[in-house]
Amino acid sequence: MSSPSTGTVDLAEEFMGRRSTMQRIQGALHKYPWLSPLIVLAVAVVIFYLLNSRFLLPQNLSFITQQTVIVGTLAIAQTLVILTAGIDLSIGAIMIFSQMLMANLAVSTTASNVLPIAGQNPYLAIGLGILGGMAAGALNGFLIVRFNLPPFIVTLGTLSIWTALTLIFFKARTIQGPEIPDQLKWLGSTFKIGEFQLLYGVILMLIMYAIFGYILRNTAWGLHIYAVGDDPNASELSGISTKRVIFSVYLVAGLIIGIAGWITIGRVGSASPNVDPLLNLDTITAVVIGGTSLFGGRGTLIGTLIGAFIITVVENGLSLAGLDQAYRVLAVGILVILAVAVDQWIRKAKA
Amino acid sequence: MTTQTSTVTPILQGKDLVKTFGRVVGLDGVNIELYPGEVLAVVGDNGAGKSTLIKCFSGAHVPDSGEMFVNGEKVVFHSTHEAREGGVETVFQTLAVAPALDIASNLYLGREVRKPGFMGTIFRTLDKKAMREQSAAQLRNLGISTLQNITQAVETLSGGQRQAVAVARCAAFGSKVIILDEPTAALGVNESARVLKMIQDLRDRGLSIILISHNMPQVFEVADRIHVARLGKRAAVVTPQSHSMNDVVAIMTGAMTVPVEEQQLAPVR
Ligand SMILES: Nc1ncnc2c1ncn2[C@@H]1O[C@H](COP(=O)(O)OP(=O)(O)OP(=O)(O)O)[C@@H](O)[C@H]1O
Ligand SMILES: [Mg+2]
Repeated sequence: MSSPSTGTVDLAEEFMGRRSTMQRIQGALHKYPWLSPLIVLAVAVVIFYLLNSRFLLPQNLSFITQQTVIVGTLAIAQTLVILTAGIDLSIGAIMIFSQMLMANLAVSTTASNVLPIAGQNPYLAIGLGILGGMAAGALNGFLIVRFNLPPFIVTLGTLSIWTALTLIFFKARTIQGPEIPDQLKWLGSTFKIGEFQLLYGVILMLIMYAIFGYILRNTAWGLHIYAVGDDPNASELSGISTKRVIFSVYLVAGLIIGIAGWITIGRVGSASPNVDPLLNLDTITAVVIGGTSLFGGRGTLIGTLIGAFIITVVENGLSLAGLDQAYRVLAVGILVILAVAVDQWIRKAKA
Repeated sequence: MTTQTSTVTPILQGKDLVKTFGRVVGLDGVNIELYPGEVLAVVGDNGAGKSTLIKCFSGAHVPDSGEMFVNGEKVVFHSTHEAREGGVETVFQTLAVAPALDIASNLYLGREVRKPGFMGTIFRTLDKKAMREQSAAQLRNLGISTLQNITQAVETLSGGQRQAVAVARCAAFGSKVIILDEPTAALGVNESARVLKMIQDLRDRGLSIILISHNMPQVFEVADRIHVARLGKRAAVVTPQSHSMNDVVAIMTGAMTVPVEEQQLAPVR
């Protein structure tokens, strides 16, 4: 039988009705989970500017947004999943599958194609590619909900499955930019605001953050995602169909991953099965640094966006400061552990 | 004392309910009747099947066999949602609140109110303001004054305040029956008294209540009748007037049996 999920009540503290400064900080971080990543980002920006003033030049800032767009978009999906106390290790694999599907559908030269599916209308290709992502997400959700399997194991399995299927269906062949219709690459084109060069993909990413941020805060579905991640038993007893919520989250994650596939084609300029294999881990890193709890039920999308930017800012800032790649990995690793430690501490806060 | 026959239809009734978990028998053919406007206490040793019994009525379990009736009509509840639609609200032993959500969100969890107009229908926007205002009003109605901030996360509340939130949720929506599974288990003396007062108020408002408790003085204070569960069955139904606390404990443990004609299978009218 399950025990009530009550935290320990600090009677003395309640009795005294007094709180120390530390407790006040703890309380504030607890209430606004995006506060700590925002502080980290601000501090990082100041430090990197002091190390190298080129850091704040419009060109460099534009570059940072471009560097962030893929992980940033995928991290939306990862946030939804982690809020339900799940995890999605297959995000990168599904994204690659979905962009390869898109590109192979749209590519015009039948000769260079592996499956006899080429030559589709570009918009249809984009739609089907995104649908492929949704199907993959639905498979994750189905396996987790129907057979009660842990998300970690399911997505570890589908990570291999989608990687393999990508190689089987599309071989290891990169589809080069010139072969791909412009519509698929459109999100990689830029426009200028003053001295800033922004990708359409970045705008799409920000719009998606706004939409999903709104959904999480203002709809019953969003509220139920938090409730299910917070306490699945309580949610079920409160009349929420936890299985339906969890399935729908993986399905919607698939949709977001499919769109990220489209953005990736634009950003990279070609469709390659050899995109960064660390994408999965980077999305988890962004979510965790962004103040979302791996235990579920706690976190914000805005935090994730900040988290994704922190990763890029650290990478970019350290390289501008003349340090090599290894230091970037080191710094991000330390940040992740700090973020989880802070999360554990915050979870003890009472208000 | 003789058996009371009643022409009143039970508001909630279970007939020969059986529920097994693999090889563990939770319920072994239980009968139970709750009549309108009464407080029926359900007592019994740990593992006697009290929670299992009420979970059938709450929709958390579907009995293997047996029938359930609400107001004389046969019902089958596949989910807590269906039970709530049927007018049965439950405060579970585990409270079933989401700790990270605020009080208002918890009161409305699973039946959120959307904004009127296209914001609600198309954009599915929740009417947080209305839910907060109504939650606050509900808590005031119940005389719960210790909860000042309706936007406070439930995890920041004391055990008693949480219990109050869980009870308030039931009271807010309960149209017929409210089931409370050990609502005072975690509470201090004052807080227990407040919950008992709340139970009496709800009965005075015409609701019917099932109260599970291990606390005999409390049971004897508020119950109209006492259903004694033992080994997945009903051992007897008595009243605080017909039997003493020691008798009830004896029935619970099997040291005493009560002939059917001495039981109180329906309230005295
Ligand atoms: N989900 C379950 N899975 C397996 N066995 C269960 C489950 N729920 C209850 N049981 C078993 O059914 C029996 C009755 O349990 P129940 O929880 O109804 O007891 P209870 O009378 O509420 O006890 P308590 O006073 O401790 O709350 C016990 O033997 C218990 O182990
Ligand atoms: Mg119980």
